[in-house]
Parts: sequence; structure tokens; C-alpha cells
Amino acid sequence: MDMAFIIETIVKIVVILLVFSALAGLGTYFERKVLAFMQRRLGPMHVGPFGLLQVAADGVKLFTKEDIIPQNVVKPIFKIAPVITAATAFMAAAAIPFWPEFSVFGYKVHPIVADVNIGILYVLGVMAIGLYGPLLGGMASANKFSLISAARSAAVFISYEVISGLSLLAPLMMVGSLSLIDINNYQAGGIGNWIVWSQPVAFILFWIAAFAETGRTPFHLIANDHEIIDGFGTEYSGMRWGLFFIGEYANMFFISFVIAIIFLGGFGDGSIAGAFQLLLKVSFFFFFFLWTRAAWPDVRPDQLMWLCWKVLMPLAVVNVVITGLVMMF
Amino acid sequence: MFEAIAFYLFAALTIGMFTITVMTSQALYALTAMAAGMIFISAFFFILGADFLGAIQIIVYTGAVMALYAFGMMFFDTTRSVIEKRNNPRFVVVLGALAAVLIVLIVLAPIVTTNLNSQHPIDLNVGNTQAIGMVLFTKYLVPFELAAVMLLVAMIAGIVLAGKKMDKSLTLMADEEIALMQASSHDRTEEEGEH
Repeated sequence: MDMAFIIETIVKIVVILLVFSALAGLGTYFERKVLAFMQRRLGPMHVGPFGLLQVAADGVKLFTKEDIIPQNVVKPIFKIAPVITAATAFMAAAAIPFWPEFSVFGYKVHPIVADVNIGILYVLGVMAIGLYGPLLGGMASANKFSLISAARSAAVFISYEVISGLSLLAPLMMVGSLSLIDINNYQAGGIGNWIVWSQPVAFILFWIAAFAETGRTPFHLIANDHEIIDGFGTEYSGMRWGLFFIGEYANMFFISFVIAIIFLGGFGDGSIAGAFQLLLKVSFFFFFFLWTRAAWPDVRPDQLMWLCWKVLMPLAVVNVVITGLVMMF
Repeated sequence: MFEAIAFYLFAALTIGMFTITVMTSQALYALTAMAAGMIFISAFFFILGADFLGAIQIIVYTGAVMALYAFGMMFFDTTRSVIEKRNNPRFVVVLGALAAVLIVLIVLAPIVTTNLNSQHPIDLNVGNTQAIGMVLFTKYLVPFELAAVMLLVAMIAGIVLAGKKMDKSLTLMADEEIALMQASSHDRTEEEGEH
């Protein structure tokens, strides 16, 4: 392995870490502003212009707050749980192509940390480990609300993994590759080639499963404030609690990238216009996460399970079978 | 050099994690260490260039261990140590060590002198995923189909076992209906007891 490759990879990792932790912080600001405007409020206004420095103020608060470890918790597990959520969110980013290739001073840069052949499997698998964070935090907390939250996160995990996997199967059968770059290049011909036109059912199913995997509002049961306080986060304080949030927001960004690359053409043919289109698509999906939070109530746990096993899973299976039949004949 | 470092690092981590799984009396430690060990095993697949199997190892075992967590949650208070009944710890240690040594001998004795060759070497022209698909659907088709049938049987059995009263939802029922249902099922069990 030559030195240039190692240095390049380290630089890429640092850039992705910095950019997305900053974006995760800004994501909370966007969320508060969007929710506020939809509810005819102003949101954060007082710190900095348009309340933009509120993010910094929150950061200072989280970093300087005392890190309380309650007496009866299982200490090592309790301490490591938030780290799992944050770390796996960023590890999943390793196989996502954020931008087409470009050259700086004649040096070609591939904006992807590890171009593995099984990119999408890797991303989904590592994101799935992220759900261990809420689960372990909830189980180690010695708190009944946290335990309920942990049970719910296990249930959501086991159910919605099935949906996201099965719904992705149909587009992957069409492309014939698990690499996100190959999937992107399959749709490089322009808007007519996007997989969303040939696989609308898979698109909707994966989008719904994305809400469950990130724990966003219609499926926000694992930390449902009005029933179980803050769920797995009840006993946490300071930066450990903040790590859960960084993980959640980073996951929202990364899953938006994955949806945009698989179903909506990604960065297209690799031109500058295509690259900016990808950012636009990602912002739309991120905005949609916030929009649903303002517009929809949470579903009940039994409705969540009913939706998963009686509606979405049969639909996904039928979609896979039909795709297979169409491809064979 | 990187491969050797990675191999020894992950070998030590995996063995350490599974040691914790076996030795600890705290259910949460055991489950977490097992999940970590399963994920560390995937590193060996990545080192060997079997990316697909590595990712599948992560995906399958995170889900499987997650189900174990659910059982742990149902049967234990996971924040307390489990009090185990050990009548003769020395006996258990000796038997366990003997069994482990025997397994190593049984597996290694026939092949210790032969030079191992892989039956299906990695073909650099074909992708990892395609190569597995080809082997799975030609040479190992029958075991693959058998496993699929067995899983189907298990799934149907699970649905039949758990599926009683699936059309009723306790959440949607009024309290009186639930009381009525409990009373009737109570009567039925009593009648069955008399027969």
C-alpha cells in the first residue's frame, strides 16, 4: 500500500467526520426552524443572526454539562451505548459516494472512503448495528421507561430490517451489482433512467423503512416523549445524550444519500450539475423527515407491527417476485 | 503487514469477547460481548477478500443477537447478575477444557500433514457476490434448497403456534370485553382440567 493512498484516505475520513458532525448540529437548527414555521412560531431567534449560533450555544451546554452515571446502571454498557450510535452512523458513511470524481491540481479524487463491491450491504449492515445504541442504553439504564424503549427498538429493528432488505432486492436485481457507484452509473442516462420509475413500490417501501431505521416521527416510538419520557435517553445527560443525537441526525443525512443514489439517479453522469442535483435531492429527503414530524402523529406500536408484517412485507415480496418474472421473460 | 496486524488484532478481540460471553454472570455483558465477537469475526472475511460474506455475517448476526436480547429482556433483570448454581466448578472446568482440546484434535488431526488447497479459489474476473451465487446455485443447490424448506417449515410452525387469537387486538378492545374474554378462557381451562 503506498503512502499517498493512506494519507488520502485519512484526509477523506477527517473531512467526512467534520462536515457531517457540523451538519448534524445544524440539522437540529433546521429541524427547530422548520417545525417552528409550520406551527406559526419563530423558533430560535436570540443567539446570533436568525438564531444560527443557537447550535454553538447548545454545543457548549452539552459539552460542559456534568456527565451523570446513575448508581444502579450497568456502567460499561451504559457508557458505550451512545458511542455505538454515533460511531456506526459515521462508519456507514465509508461506502457512500458523496460526490462524483473530480480533480484538484491534476490529482484525481474519489469522494468515497472505501469503494467496496458490496457498498449497499455494508451501509445497511452498519446502520443496523446503530440500533444497538438505543437497545443497550435502554437495557442498561435500570429504568422502566428505558426498558420499554429498548424492547420497542428491538421490535422495530427486527421488523423493519426485513422491509428495507426485501424492498432493495428488486432494484438490485435490475442493476446486478451491490456497489453504490454501479447503481448510480446504471441511472446515468438522465431522469428517464431513474430506478424510481421502474420500481415505485420499492422506492416507497424503502422510504418508509428509512423512517423506522432512523427512528423518525411516524415511527418515533423508541423515544416517544409523551408516553415513555425520553425512552433510552432518560438517564443520560451531557455529551453522552448528545452523541445519540449526533448519530440520529448523521443517520438521517446518510440514509437520504442512500435513497437519492439508489432510486433518484444519484449524481447522474458525474458533471458538476449532477453533483449539485444530488445535494438538492438529499436536502429534499432531509426536509421531508422534518415535514412529516410536523404533519403526522406517531403510530401505536401494534399499528407499527401490523403495517410492517401485514402490509409492507407482502408488498415487498410480491414486488420481488414480479420483478423476477419480468426480468426472466 | 497490514493483514497480519489486522488478523492478530481481531483474533485477540474475538477470543476476548467470547471469553467474556462464557465467563460473565451478567446477562447484558454476555449478550453484548457476543454481539461484538460476531461482528469482529466479519473482519476475517474482509481480510480474506470475501466482502460479501463479511457483510452478511454482520447483518445476520446483529439481527440474531438482537432476538437474544429480546429473550434476555423477557427472562432476566438484565441489570443484575444471574446467580448460577455451581456444585463442582473444578469438574466443569476440567470437562470443558478436555472437550475443547478434543474438538481441536478431531478437526485438525486428519489435515495436519496435508497441504491445503482451496476447492473454489477466488476468480479475480468474477465479482465476489457472483462467485458465491454460482457456487450456491450449482454445486450446493440441494443443501441450499433444503435449508430454505426447513426455514419455511419453521416459519409456518411459528405462525401456527403464536397465531391463536391473532384476529383480536387487545388495544382496540374495551375493558369489559377483555374481562369477558379472560373469564371465558378461565372457564375453559377449568373444564379441560375436569376431563
